[in-house]
Amino acid sequence: MRSLILRTVAPLIVGLMVLFSIFVLLRGHNEPGGGFIGGLIAVAALSIYGIAFGVETVRRAIVFHPLAIAGAGLMLSTLSGLVSMVFHVPFMTGLWIYPVILGEEVPLSSVMTFDIGVYLVVVGAVTSVALSLEERGED
Amino acid sequence: MSVADLTFLALLLPFLGAIVAPLVTRILGHNAAWALALVPVAIFLHLTGFSAEIARGEVVTGGYAWVPSFQVRFSWLIDGLSLTFMLLISGIGALIVLYSGGYLKGHPHQGRFFSFLLMFMGSMLGLVASDSFLMLFIFWELTSITSFLLIGFDHQREAARRAALQALVVTGGGGLFLLAGLIILWNMTGISQFSLLTAFAPQVKASPLYLAALILVLGGAFTKSAQFPFHFWLPNAMEAPTPVSAYLHSATMVKAGVYLLMRLYPVLGGTPAWQIILPVFGAATLIIGALLAVRQTDLKLMLAYTTVSSLGLLVLLTGFGAPYAIEAAALYLVAHCLFKGALFMVAGSIDHETGMRDVTRLGGLRSAMPLTFAAALASAASMGGLPPFFGFLAKEEVYAALYAFDGRAIIFAALAVVGNALMFAAAFAVALKPFIGKRVETPQAAHEAPLLLWLGPAVLALMGLAVALLSGTVHQLITSPMASAIAGEARVVTISLAPHFGVPAALSTLTVLLGIGFYLRLARLRAAIAAALAAIGWGPDRGFDQAMRGLVRLSCAVTRRLQTGRLDIYMTATFTLLAVVLIVPPFLYGELARAPVFPQDIPLHELAIMAIAVIGLVAVILAQDRLTAIVSLGIQGFSVAVIFLLYGAPDLAFTQFMIETLAVVILALVMTRLRLSPSDHRPLRESLPDAAIALACGLGATLFLLKVTQAPFDTGLSDFFNQYSKTIAHGANVVNVIIVDFRGTDTLGEIAVVMIAALAILSLVRLRAGSLRRIADNDPDAEEASR
Repeated sequence: MRSLILRTVAPLIVGLMVLFSIFVLLRGHNEPGGGFIGGLIAVAALSIYGIAFGVETVRRAIVFHPLAIAGAGLMLSTLSGLVSMVFHVPFMTGLWIYPVILGEEVPLSSVMTFDIGVYLVVVGAVTSVALSLEERGED
Repeated sequence: MSVADLTFLALLLPFLGAIVAPLVTRILGHNAAWALALVPVAIFLHLTGFSAEIARGEVVTGGYAWVPSFQVRFSWLIDGLSLTFMLLISGIGALIVLYSGGYLKGHPHQGRFFSFLLMFMGSMLGLVASDSFLMLFIFWELTSITSFLLIGFDHQREAARRAALQALVVTGGGGLFLLAGLIILWNMTGISQFSLLTAFAPQVKASPLYLAALILVLGGAFTKSAQFPFHFWLPNAMEAPTPVSAYLHSATMVKAGVYLLMRLYPVLGGTPAWQIILPVFGAATLIIGALLAVRQTDLKLMLAYTTVSSLGLLVLLTGFGAPYAIEAAALYLVAHCLFKGALFMVAGSIDHETGMRDVTRLGGLRSAMPLTFAAALASAASMGGLPPFFGFLAKEEVYAALYAFDGRAIIFAALAVVGNALMFAAAFAVALKPFIGKRVETPQAAHEAPLLLWLGPAVLALMGLAVALLSGTVHQLITSPMASAIAGEARVVTISLAPHFGVPAALSTLTVLLGIGFYLRLARLRAAIAAALAAIGWGPDRGFDQAMRGLVRLSCAVTRRLQTGRLDIYMTATFTLLAVVLIVPPFLYGELARAPVFPQDIPLHELAIMAIAVIGLVAVILAQDRLTAIVSLGIQGFSVAVIFLLYGAPDLAFTQFMIETLAVVILALVMTRLRLSPSDHRPLRESLPDAAIALACGLGATLFLLKVTQAPFDTGLSDFFNQYSKTIAHGANVVNVIIVDFRGTDTLGEIAVVMIAALAILSLVRLRAGSLRRIADNDPDAEEASR
């Protein structure tokens, strides 16, 4: 779409949206949000980017093939579930650690990596569908 | 390590060998055979450790719980029967591995071949060692699958592919019969282990389901052991490389059916049905196999049909139920493994050295291949039942079993004499004809086969002689325990080479004389059988093709009816069904929702949102072009999201907003892809039915939702989640905690589905319309027309 206004503001909006999606993903455990919603926001951001600059630009921007991203996410989620086996607790049991980083106690967990996996699957899967549709629409 | 652990390892070892075989072959070339043969040799040595216990009539069992909730165990049963089979499988297996090293020397896929061969060996060992029904079934089908891989090894030839598929369909299909039969036995007795089943034999035989179980089990056994009319796959399986024919299709796999009959003899055997069905099918197979063997000129095909014939004889004996019959079956089975394995390898060596295996165009090889000739002659003598070879002992015992003065026995004895005489002729046609007479020109100049190729047949031929000479020891260690295990009671085999006279000896002499007669008139006999077959003109092999073609045609017709490929028909069907499912049951069962009471005090802003939703709906219906309609649908979706937000479900609202946005984007993209006209120009009478379906769906969903909200709400789950979300899962957002923690496994499944859906959509989007049609169209009629 050759709209100068969209092209000018798109990078700003897209950057903010991706940032926001990660924020939503990470805060999801305690506030409204989570991997699924975060992923959808990121997809919306990428769609805007695609509408403004074309599919090729999006593909270059995300570096990896979207399905590879989705596959990595599925893998990450599965592994997050499997970690519990090392500790002899049932599959998918949440495991937490509390390292102190720069004087702050940061709670980290296998639940969080699982949610990041969900985020990646949603981003990858929906983006790949949207991009391929957009691509074919052009020719 | 305990003996049980070692036995488990022995059962596992061939599969481990199969994994490393390609690598070993890459490093060592064809000499990898020497290394890989250590696998069966190790198993063989481990098994010989049991022989003392087995000779005393004991039984070795062991195993592990496999699926405890279904009482399925991975358990083995080693008695006289299974030990004999396992020794044959591992012993002949070692020789076959060596033979393959020479036979496929330099073949680019020799490593793969070794791998398949070892996989088969593991499956076959597992089959005969199995104590539990399910384990037997799994290994049974694994032998079918590995046999498929081995027959189709030369997969670039269509004949090999067809033969492989045919063998898989026949034996794999038979396996399903077997499974059904075993399940019936399981239901009847509550027992799923062979070692415990014998005690229930009277109960099984008295059961009204006995006949059903018997026929189903026979369906498995007869297909696997190539009994008439299922024999046709075995000769076709000769498309496989010769080591496979020698190992699977003469010595081991085809005996699995016989093994099963022997294993179940104490449970199912001895009834009138058993004593009629088995001998009749066995005798028919014996005669038909022998006649077809004489008709062939290809060395391997002749041997293949004599194998069919021998399997018939084994089934006949197992069913016969007379004294000596079980003993005869045990002896003949061992003898057959030795001589037929050797003869197949001889045929392979001749093929390998001369480049041809047509018996009418071979001759004079005796000076070029003396060692092979010696092994061939010794094996043929055993097959023909000449002393002092093991085959002679087996044949004497067979006649001792069939000889009696009642009418039934006379018929079967006569059939056995004719069948054996024909096999005698076929044996010497294979083992004598190519070696004697004038030297004939062959595609390759013949010379003696290398060590790897003559070692196998020579060892097996010598074994055929040695076990006959040492018959006392062999009976004590092998045949007596085997016969006892089959019969389910102690049996002692006594036959030896010591001269003895009587009716069996006379029948034996008659067989040999008749066999020599057949051999001398082989060409005329062959022509006569060929003429008879041409007169019949139809056989089960053609029948198989017709059946498969019919199956493809039927599925094509059904698919064409059900899968029209038109999206509107799929949509109509789906939504009509949805409407029916939603509306009909509430009326049928009187479960209609009560009319809802319209609340009095709705705040103005909520009313406004609902009004916007309704406006969105009206906009969809009135929209002039499709794109506007899609966007208008978004209005309605956003209003619903706002309602979620107002009623305290921020996560849900959040997600709904994103979904609506993306749905509009993606639907708009799809619309550009489909190249539809911008608006819907159908006349009213075409769009009205669709409108009716849509209204019905809407009505149904409304009724359903009303009913759901009117049902009393069980707060058990939500209380649990609210209570433990913070304390156990460390999360304040209950919705998210449910998704990623309490119900994490669900979510894992869902994201996998999302991923697969994306893959499917991507491949659909990328398919071009032209290629789509080509893939979907495998109609046999069209194929015929295009030829």
